[in-house]
Amino acid sequence: MDPAAPKSTGITRRKFATAATAAAAGFVLTGCGPKRLYEMPRDRLRKALDDMEREYSNTYGKAVTVSDTGAAPGVLFGYALDLSRCIGCRRCVYACVEENNQSREPQVHWIRVLAMEKERGIDFAHADPYYQPELVPEEGKFYVPVACQQCRNAPCTKVCPTGATWTEPDGIVVIDYDWCIGCRCCMAACPYGARRFNWATPSIPPDELQPNTHYLGNRPRPKGVVEKCTFCIQRVRAGRYPACVEVCPVGARKFGNLLDPDSEIRYIMEHKRVMVLKQELNTVPKFFYFYAT
Amino acid sequence: MTGGALIALGAATLAATISASARSGQAPGPPQTPVERPEVPPPPFSEGIFPCSACHADMPVNRTRRALSDMHTDIVLRHDEEHRWCLDCHSAEDRDVLHLASREPVPFEESYRLCGQCHGEKLRDWRAGVHGRRTGEWNGHKQYLLCAHCHNPHQPRFAPVAPKPAPRRPSRGSGAR
Repeated sequence: MDPAAPKSTGITRRKFATAATAAAAGFVLTGCGPKRLYEMPRDRLRKALDDMEREYSNTYGKAVTVSDTGAAPGVLFGYALDLSRCIGCRRCVYACVEENNQSREPQVHWIRVLAMEKERGIDFAHADPYYQPELVPEEGKFYVPVACQQCRNAPCTKVCPTGATWTEPDGIVVIDYDWCIGCRCCMAACPYGARRFNWATPSIPPDELQPNTHYLGNRPRPKGVVEKCTFCIQRVRAGRYPACVEVCPVGARKFGNLLDPDSEIRYIMEHKRVMVLKQELNTVPKFFYFYAT
Repeated sequence: MTGGALIALGAATLAATISASARSGQAPGPPQTPVERPEVPPPPFSEGIFPCSACHADMPVNRTRRALSDMHTDIVLRHDEEHRWCLDCHSAEDRDVLHLASREPVPFEESYRLCGQCHGEKLRDWRAGVHGRRTGEWNGHKQYLLCAHCHNPHQPRFAPVAPKPAPRRPSRGSGAR
């Protein structure tokens, strides 16, 4: 080998390593590149939200607002569903679709109601989400609506390669659609099948668009991102009940703050027989099922 | 200071209780914790049926248990009908109110107290916000419903309803376009 050849470039290994380290440090310290929602400076975030509002308002021909309301201190949201009451009418499914701007075509439903045999008990292998009798409830059946279980030990957030999904301080597992790359690792990780993928550009009739949106919730989604239940983040962070709670005709759905001893949800935890789905997986859901009778 | 205030408060409460029970002519029982009256929408009367006294004021009261043949024939009782009939819940003295087993009159706006005589655990859950539908704010103002808004008091069991459409089955060719 010619010992003079490496010197001809003028870059030694040491110089290259120093320059690369400096560049990497600079990238990190100056915070180059796009920002996640809460890492953005306030003015830049406001501008991003303004841009979104303008874009959605133009697309749908009505004034759309995009909120970035954060979690309130001392709040941990929990949900409870009374299996002894649910009649499987699917009112919740369609209230959710309308409130959260899910795609009508292709069809996206965040809530899936599973019909199960009373004789078998909770048995996912024999559950039927496509039941369509003339009238419900059917003899010998019970119904288990399943949406995101808002796990405290959420497998979906751990597998995301871009950090596009995480748990908020009030316990809501959220997705930043601008960071989702559509790899669907989270869908594979979720043991409840609660996440949905936008295989095509979602279509929502403009007159049916729900214009009060949240950045991490029901704002219109692009093609190729994952979405799921957020406890109606745009409603609950404004103090309201989720849409499914208010629409349920039998009052089977209950919602509240797990840290408030006077809340409905705590009354249920302390007085009723409460369970979670697939407890053995140690996902620790904040969505509970109970029997009030 | 605080102790004195407490004693004064206790005395005042006792006096109020005694005078209240003296008025209603009941024996003084253990002091009841006042339960706040939940805010409810107006009772779901059938069109033009209320006030009952509009018709009943001039009618003599017939306390014989019987099947009604002239009026109210649309009401079919499927609510412990073997043991019960109209005047067990509807007052014969004041036709515009209900009454408890104790014959205490109860306005229709507080009909949950009547239902709670038998369904006490449901009433307890309802007050806690666990039985029945709630709308409003999870941390603030909530709207309650009366039992009768969801359950027909004469046939309280829910009638079956038609379910909304099932989700479409995933099939070849219905995916991305």
